[in-house]
This record gives sequence, C-alpha cells and structure tokens, in this order.
Amino acid sequence: MEHAVATAHAAEHEHRTSTGLDNRKLVMWAFLASDCLFFGSFISAYMIYRGRSPSGPCPHECVLNGVHYDGVFNIPYTSVSAFVLLMSSLTMVLALAAIQRGNHRGLRIWLLATALLGSVFVGGQYFEFTTFYQKGLSLSSNLFGTTFFVLTGFHGAHVTVGIIMLLSLLLTSLLGRLPASDSLTVELTGLYWHFVDVVWIVIFTVVYLLPM
Amino acid sequence: MATTVVHGVPATAAPPQTRVYRGIWSWVTTVDHKRIGVLYGVTAFAFFLIGGLEALLIRTQLAVPNNTLIHPDLYNQLFTMHGTTMIFLVVMPLSVAFFNIVVPLQIGARDVAFPRLNALSYWIFVTGGIFLNLGWLLGASPNAGWFSYANLTERAYNPGPGQDFWALGLLVLGTASMAGAFNFAVTIINMRAPGMSLMRMPVFTWMTFVTSFLIIFAFPIITVALIELTFDRHFGTNFFNAAAGVDGDSLLWWHMFWLFGHPEVYILILPAMGIVSEVLPVFSRKPLFGYAVVVYSGIAIGFVSFGVWVHHMFTTGLGPVANAVFLTTTMAVAVPTGVKIFNWIATLWGGSIRLTTAMLYAIAFVSMFTIGGLSGVSHAVVPSDWQQHGTYYIVAHFHYVLFGGAIMGLFAGIYYWWPKVTGRLLDEKLGKLQFWVMLIGFNVTFGPMHFLGMDGMPRRVFTYPEGMGWDLWNMVASIGAYLMAFGVLLFIHNAAVSLRRGQPAGGDPWDGRTLEWSIPSPPPAYNFATIPVVHGRDAWWLMKHPHRAEREGTTDTDRVDLQVAGRHVGVVETPDDPSRESPAAYEDAHSLGIHLPDGSWFPVITAFGLTFFAAGLIFGMWLSGIGLLMMVFGAYAWCYEPING
Repeated sequence: MEHAVATAHAAEHEHRTSTGLDNRKLVMWAFLASDCLFFGSFISAYMIYRGRSPSGPCPHECVLNGVHYDGVFNIPYTSVSAFVLLMSSLTMVLALAAIQRGNHRGLRIWLLATALLGSVFVGGQYFEFTTFYQKGLSLSSNLFGTTFFVLTGFHGAHVTVGIIMLLSLLLTSLLGRLPASDSLTVELTGLYWHFVDVVWIVIFTVVYLLPM
Repeated sequence: MATTVVHGVPATAAPPQTRVYRGIWSWVTTVDHKRIGVLYGVTAFAFFLIGGLEALLIRTQLAVPNNTLIHPDLYNQLFTMHGTTMIFLVVMPLSVAFFNIVVPLQIGARDVAFPRLNALSYWIFVTGGIFLNLGWLLGASPNAGWFSYANLTERAYNPGPGQDFWALGLLVLGTASMAGAFNFAVTIINMRAPGMSLMRMPVFTWMTFVTSFLIIFAFPIITVALIELTFDRHFGTNFFNAAAGVDGDSLLWWHMFWLFGHPEVYILILPAMGIVSEVLPVFSRKPLFGYAVVVYSGIAIGFVSFGVWVHHMFTTGLGPVANAVFLTTTMAVAVPTGVKIFNWIATLWGGSIRLTTAMLYAIAFVSMFTIGGLSGVSHAVVPSDWQQHGTYYIVAHFHYVLFGGAIMGLFAGIYYWWPKVTGRLLDEKLGKLQFWVMLIGFNVTFGPMHFLGMDGMPRRVFTYPEGMGWDLWNMVASIGAYLMAFGVLLFIHNAAVSLRRGQPAGGDPWDGRTLEWSIPSPPPAYNFATIPVVHGRDAWWLMKHPHRAEREGTTDTDRVDLQVAGRHVGVVETPDDPSRESPAAYEDAHSLGIHLPDGSWFPVITAFGLTFFAAGLIFGMWLSGIGLLMMVFGAYAWCYEPING
C-alpha cells in the first residue's frame, strides 16, 4: 500500500492525463470550436440579409428604389489592415519560438510587436467605422449596417481581448513570472490569436471581397 | 504525524494548506466537485419549487372556464417563466448536479479538469437564475413564451424590461452552461483512470460527454441570437424587425432559436437517458444490453439533433421541399432513440429485477418517454403537425418527454445516488408511495391534454369559454397537477427524514457496477486514496468478481500499458482501495500525501461581476461598470492565484 500511495503521489506530480495532452490545451481547442459557431451565426445573419436592404448605404456602389448610393467599402485600405493582422500571426509564432528556447528578451519583443500590430488593426477598424458612419451607415440605417457592424464589431472585440492577453503576458514576463516552463500559456494565447486571424480571413472574404 | 509515517510519505511531500475556510465560507469558496454538485442540486430543486408553483397557478386558472383569477398579462408571464425556469434552471442544472457528483467518480478521477471553472459555472448559474427571476419583484417578468418569438420581443411591441431579463438572464446562464460543458468534455477526455478506455466508460459518463458537445456547439447560436435581440432592443439594430422599409425577417429568430432549441431538447434528455442506463442494469443484475449500440445511438442522436429544427416551423410556410426534408430527418432521429428503448427493455429481459424506487422511476422513464416519443413522431408528419401546432397536444407531447422523460429519469438518479452523496438511504416505502403519486398525478395531468389538443384547445390562452367540450379534461388536468405537487412534498419529507435519521448506506448499497460504489459514502474529499486501474466495462463489478475478468482474458499488465499513452506509471496494485477497507483510511488528503486545490474566492467574484455587468443594461450603466471591474479583478486574481495542488 505504501508503494501504491507513493505511486499515486508521483503520478500527481507528472500531471498525467489520459491523452498526454494538457487539459488547458484541450479546453482552448474546445472553446475555439465553440467560437466557430459564434462567428458562424453572425456571418450567417450577414449572408441571409445580404443585398436585402431596401435603402442604402450599400457595401459597393448600388441603386436602390431609384436612389444611387456610393459604396462604403475601401478594399485597398481594408486589405492593408488585413495584411497587418495576418503579419501579427507571424510575430506571435516568433514569440512562442523565443520562449520555447528560453529567450525571454525575444519573447518580450515579439509579444509587444504582436500587440502593436493588433492595435494597428483595431485602430484601423475604428477609423473605418467612423468613415462609414459619416457616409450614413449606422447600426439602425439598414440591414447591412445592422449585420456588418455587429459582426465586425464582435471580431474587433475578440482582437482587443487578444491584445489585453498579450500585454498581460508581456507584463508577467517583465515581472519575471513567466518562466520558459510556462511556454504553454504563450502557446494558448497564440492559438486564440491565430484563430481570430483566421476568422478575419473568412470575414474579409465573405463580407468585403465576395461580389454582389 | 504518525499516520504520515505509516504511509511512508514524508510530511514535506504535501505543502501545508494555506487557506482553510470553515462553515458557510467553505461552501462559498469550495472547488470540490461533490460539494458543487450538491449546491447545483439544492439550487435547482429550489427553482423546481418556483417553477412548480407557477405551473400550479396556471392549472388553477385553467381549472374552470371563464376564470378571472389571474390577469392575462400575469398569465403570459407565468407560462413564459414556467417554461424558461424548468428548462434552464431545473432540468439542465439538475443534470449538471449529477455530472458533478458522478462523472469524476465514475472515471476514477479526484476532481474535474478545472475545479475553479467548475465553481464559476455554479455561481454564474445561481446569480443568473436569481437575476432572471428579479422581474417578479418589479412586476415585469418576460411574457413572450420560452421561445420568445420575434416580433413579440421587439421593443415596439414589448417595451417593458421583462424581455430584457429574459435575454440577458439567458446570456448569463449560457456562459455557465458553456463553462460546465468545456470542463466536463476535457475531464472525460483527459482525466480517466488507467484502463478506462472510451468504450469502457459508464453510459452516464458517455451521455455527459455527448451532452457537453451539444452545449459547446448549440449555445453559441443562442448566444448570438440573444445578443442580436438585445442589440435590437437597446442599440437600434434591425435583426428581427420586419417593419416595412426595414425588411428584416422575424423568421431569422425562429431559425436561430430552434437551431439551438432542438439540440437543447437532447441536452435535457440525454443525461436522463444516461441515468436510466446506469439504474436498469444494476437492479436487473445484468450488464446493459448492447452497450456499444446504446453509446453509438447517443452519439447519433447528438449529430441528428442539429438537423431537425424546422419541424418546429412547419406552419411558417417554408415550402414543401424544406418541410419534406425535415420530416425525414425528424423521423430519422426517432431511430436511435427507439434503438435505446429496445436496449433498455432487453436489459430488463430475464434479469433478476429489484423494484426499488430508483428502478421504478427508471422504468417509468422508459414507458412515459416512449409515449412522448410516439406523439413526437406524429407531429413529424407535416399535415398532422398542421392540425396539432399550437394546441394542447403539443403541450402533452413535450411534458411526456420532459417530465415523463427527463424529470422521471432525474428522480431515478436522485434515489440511486442519494446514498452515495449523503451516506444515508432514502426510505423505500415513502419513496414508492411518492413514485406512484407522481406517476399517477403526471398521467392525470398530461394525458387529458392529448384530448384537449385534439379537440382544438390552443396553447397559451389564459381562459376559454364554456361548452367547447374542454371543461372536464381541464378540471381533471388541474387535479392531477395538485397530486404531483403532493408528490413533491412527499419527496421533501423523505429527504428530510433521510438526512436526520436515514439508514446508513455503506459504500455500495445497491451492489453496483461502476467505480463510484467502490469508495465510502459520502466519498472522502480526495475520492480515491489510490487511483483505480480499470480492467473492463462495469469496472467495480469486475473488481468484486475477479474471476469474470479472468474469463474475459484480461490481465493487469496489458491494461495498464494500454491506457497511459506510452507513459509508464509504475505498478499500481488495485483494486484494494485502503479507504474502503478500514475507517482508519478515512484520513484527510494531507496525511495521504494527496494534493487538493484550496478553495477560491475568485470564481464567486467573477460570477457576480458577470451578472452585474449584464444587469446594468436594465438597472443603469453604473452597475455594468462595477460588474466589469469585478470581472477584471476576479479574472486577474484567478490567473495569478497560487494553486496548491
């Protein structure tokens, strides 16, 4: 029995799991799977109402009930901000690679770079929203405004939460409380960050690029 | 420290417990899955009494024609809150109570994967549930039905805060369900004892697993629908606004609601099916008939449940193609369900049956659920559904599956696992009396509703004229409702008697098959002094009857190596759990060298913060601000809290 207790005790320290994967990693994947349905529902609402607004403004140039509207979208502008967000996935990978090699300075640099790129994206979205609003598009102007702002707004909120997570990691690292053995925390933040990027690829394609 | 020496574990092996809470604070800060399960059960039962009271008021109003006892507006609030309460605050959390109490014990784990997240689920559930019911105090509860169809819920037609309590309350409660589902999915994937392969898991654990995934995939959809509704009501969006010049579509709500709502039906019933699959074999003294088929049927139900939602919408005019497709899928979902019913019957067949109260409830589940299932198939047929839609026939149907099914199954679970949780048996004589009162009361209440529906009585009417042929059956149904209320009082009496002077249960009162019966009742905080090694299905039965394991050609060594993903964990000698053999082993975790996580305040703080944050939309943004601060504080303190064990 001594042996059994000691073994159980040892097993406890190994944090043995049935699959060999860490619990936190599994739960992050489960959360992201769930979040797919979350964005999927908003995207569905957008697609269902696509082209069904009886009045403008429209995403692209349009004529509704004899009234001509300029399109609100500026594809080159949004392409640049989408590129910025995608590049932040690269810096995120570099941050993880750094801490896995025990390079704390590299970790901090790349975490900061990722957070900055993310902030550029969110700032760009803020500017875009303001421009659209000035062109007459609001939450209540038409179905396009309703579905567009809520969908992209919740994506922006996800990016913002990601930035807060990145800066929290940076602070934790600066306080010396993020040892290399804790690289999983960085990895999980990375999973979330990449997911938010992938969602933007879908949104950018479906909302901005798909022709009417 | 003598005991420590006996076990050969140096005293330094376990770090000293830094924070020990006692009394009520030990419950508030608890992260022990068994205690959280008890909290879930007691809270859900309190909501069961509230929801039952609402039902009694409804039945009292409908007992006689032209009744003026209850104002129509109050009546709308009563049936809305009755449905919402019974689904989100009673059946779901009662099922979660069993997930909490039973699943870690059945898979041989010391706790769930994320104990503090588990506490967070509970505290969000209880604060969200109270928030949802606050409308009663303001005289403005939600009144658009538990499905809250658009446009009834748009601000123009429903200006009061009632509908906000509903939308925000369900948003809050949804996060509790999701947190729980993530936790149990990971617990079941990752925390199984050595040898507990997936196809050796008890069926209740399996159904918990399937239910968790249904929640993970169905709740985001309702979350989005509720966010859109809230934005429509407060921020001027037009998601469900069908007014001319806006051209939104109220059917979008219907689609989203039922795309969530039909999986939700299986979220309610699969745990009860799991309970019944545990109870029937034990009291038939036979293994479950066709274990693999029962498991696969449960998974099949989970998949198909996402493809049947339009059968709630046959009368909305989606056209013959959509109707025909969803007629077919709805018929199809009856197949795995029917397969399970035959498996349960075949489990009983030739068994040596003990008609305990738990067994009676399990048999009642099978028979009542079959009746409800058959009436369900009858409205899968589109023309038939057009006749039945919006009548009392539908009310009869879903009460046969949700009360005759889910609640009967949950009562089977209560009688079955009560001795494990409390260490004392419930009185069987009282239990059987209570069972028959409930069963008769249930059928007297809901049986006649089939006739009422066929005679054309619509749902959701606060009264009806004389001479429609509805008087007799309404009176009968109301009498049945009071009979059921008496049955619930009998249960409370039984529970109180058991807690005070119930017969001590011992570890294994039913001669069970699964691991929860291999440890004392109530289980020690650490559950298993030694993590058991599982040699086959019905793990505890095989430990009690090792010759069966030999006959099945299993040996210890191959089972151990099989399970641990290539990692050697040493030789674990089981099945002799010291805590079972002698009371001396009833030591605290510390002296056994087992790390248990400390209690934590942060789940409670975060949960209150979340509910305050949502409630601020009704009571003022200052409350949202306070809630946000509490959430941020709770989350950060949580992340940086040193975890002991």
